[in-house]
Amino acid sequence: MSYITIDKTKCKACYLCISECPKKLLKIGQEVNNLGERLVEFNDPNHECLGCAMCATRCPDLAITGVYKE
Amino acid sequence: MAVQVFKIPDSLKKDMRYSFCPGCDHGVAVRLVAELIDEMGLKEKTVAPASIGCSVCLYDFMDVDLVEAPHGRALASATGIKRARPDKFVFTYQGDGDFASIGLAESLHAALRGEKVSTIVINNTTYGMTGGQLGPTTLIGQVTTTSTTGRTAEDYGYPIKMAELVALCDGTAYSARVSLDTVANIRKAKQAIKKAFEVQLQGLGFGFVEILSTCPTNWHMSPTQAHERVRNEMMKVFKPGVYKDVTANIIPALATSQNTGNIG
Amino acid sequence: MTELTIGKKILTKGNYAIAHAAVLAGCECYFGYPITPQSEIGEYLSVKMHELKRGYVCAESEISAINMVLGACATGAKAMTSSSSCAVALMQEAIACACTDELPVVLISVMRGGPGLGYIYPSQGDYNQATITGGNGDFRTIVLAPSTVQECVDLTYKAFYLAHKYRNPTILLADGLMGQMMEPVEFKEYPYPEIDNSGWALTGAKGRPSRAIHSLAVDAEKQCEHIKQLFEKYKRIEENETEWEEFDTQDAEIILMSFGSPSRGVKSAVKELRKSGIKAGFFRPITLFPFPHKRLAELAKTVKKFIVIEINMGQMVRDVRLAVNGAAEVEQINKPVGAPIDVETIIEKVMRMK
Repeated sequence: MSYITIDKTKCKACYLCISECPKKLLKIGQEVNNLGERLVEFNDPNHECLGCAMCATRCPDLAITGVYKE
Repeated sequence: MAVQVFKIPDSLKKDMRYSFCPGCDHGVAVRLVAELIDEMGLKEKTVAPASIGCSVCLYDFMDVDLVEAPHGRALASATGIKRARPDKFVFTYQGDGDFASIGLAESLHAALRGEKVSTIVINNTTYGMTGGQLGPTTLIGQVTTTSTTGRTAEDYGYPIKMAELVALCDGTAYSARVSLDTVANIRKAKQAIKKAFEVQLQGLGFGFVEILSTCPTNWHMSPTQAHERVRNEMMKVFKPGVYKDVTANIIPALATSQNTGNIG
Repeated sequence: MTELTIGKKILTKGNYAIAHAAVLAGCECYFGYPITPQSEIGEYLSVKMHELKRGYVCAESEISAINMVLGACATGAKAMTSSSSCAVALMQEAIACACTDELPVVLISVMRGGPGLGYIYPSQGDYNQATITGGNGDFRTIVLAPSTVQECVDLTYKAFYLAHKYRNPTILLADGLMGQMMEPVEFKEYPYPEIDNSGWALTGAKGRPSRAIHSLAVDAEKQCEHIKQLFEKYKRIEENETEWEEFDTQDAEIILMSFGSPSRGVKSAVKELRKSGIKAGFFRPITLFPFPHKRLAELAKTVKKFIVIEINMGQMVRDVRLAVNGAAEVEQINKPVGAPIDVETIIEKVMRMK
């Protein structure tokens, strides 16, 4: 099973990662950062993540701290 | 068993948080530099100046030896470091204002001398840190806080084309312009930075990469819109490409002589 | 160019003496841009540094030259630049930066006439530029002022030593006369111990955490703390390194003061005045920072008058007034630019002031 890890303290809610995910597994979540902006969430109930690292490559803030590929 | 295919580079400080605005491409560019320093095994031999602008806090982000340089003088400082310690790996990470406006003399002369250093310049068509004033790369028509009705050539002159200018310097071994607007282009940008590092290590001369970047805050755009602007406006004036590569015999037609590889 | 060798007396001019002393002091890098009256320093070193496979760059400007020195010094290297007046003015930002970053920069400043472009006449118009400087913020540079070609050598050695001992920019403040004048001089081996800089120099993060040298602070408290520490260092420099020359001061009623090349005529004037029965003494600060405030304050208890002779409109005289603090009269003899005031004129003016 491939997956990513997100450091929510580093997410600045730019949402650039969302459009990169080929499987649309990233979305704007309910949790907010200290600026009151809603953070990105990774949700993969059907184990679709490819481990392609497109999101992490795009993320300007190193909030996606790890990508693990099966 | 899942294999880690992406991690935070060791050449970045642990638990560091960038001070860049949300969606700013600076964060990607710094990461690419750090990834290459890791991959090329350069961390222990890196000594570099930190420039002025949004790049100023490089020493808060990168886990390598760094010394601040006054505004525009990064390549003078880099020259001093390299001449004093030729065995070290020396790079500069600068904005367009630092490199191409206040520091243009230092920058071009470092290229002309063929200093064996590598330079990464962020082109975001504005002075980001001071709040979005007209800079050397501001496009014609672009509204900034000091060109409130848009840049006109009559009043403000024309934007500077750094990669082309640097390619014309005979001491330059590699000069390219890349962008970070898509993941594919981020990967290409990394290859270009790698090349700029390699020509230094091979002693071939000055390595240069201009990175088309974004400033969503001062452009008053979302990060996604900002990337569209890079594609639709910036790339029309600042065309991506390799302008010089002595290892691939790419020499600009206007350059009259080739790099000899033995300067300095 | 005469081959300069250790332990042999030779005749050479100040600029060559400084340049060769820098080589013997172990200067690893020279970065400079030509300007009269110090261009011989860069010319000499362009040959010597290449011969010795050390760093040499004929920089595109003085701003670039000094910043190359900053970069080299950050690696712990002994590095220097040389320049003159209006061009040293261009270096002020970098000097301030080097002070707060505690980089051991050596700057040879060979003064010419000013202000503005002035002319290549010798002058001492840059006492303030060197000791107060035009840089931003609170900081001090160490300033050494030679009055003979031999002292150009000895103080160049000392400049490298003090710069590295205290991690502080050090200026050798000579003038056009000093730079161009020929005198017999003897080169000794560099007499100072080498300073261990392994605790701070940037050499790559190998076997230790990475290091950053910077002054930019987003925290006012931290910046206050740093500047206070710098001033603790300046206090130590004042306590340990203040240097001056004096004679006939024990019973003196008048003390003639000067720094740098005019001191030569002033010394003769003091001797002549003594011959005519006038209780004159001589005092010459060798370090302009640290300035010999304490010694002057002591002398002011017994001396009636200090007469400060400078080739400027009165710059060091302010430091003298601060030191004397009203305990004695302070007068001045000046001319803005040109060769030092001759002995007869000094004597005549002193007699009128007496």
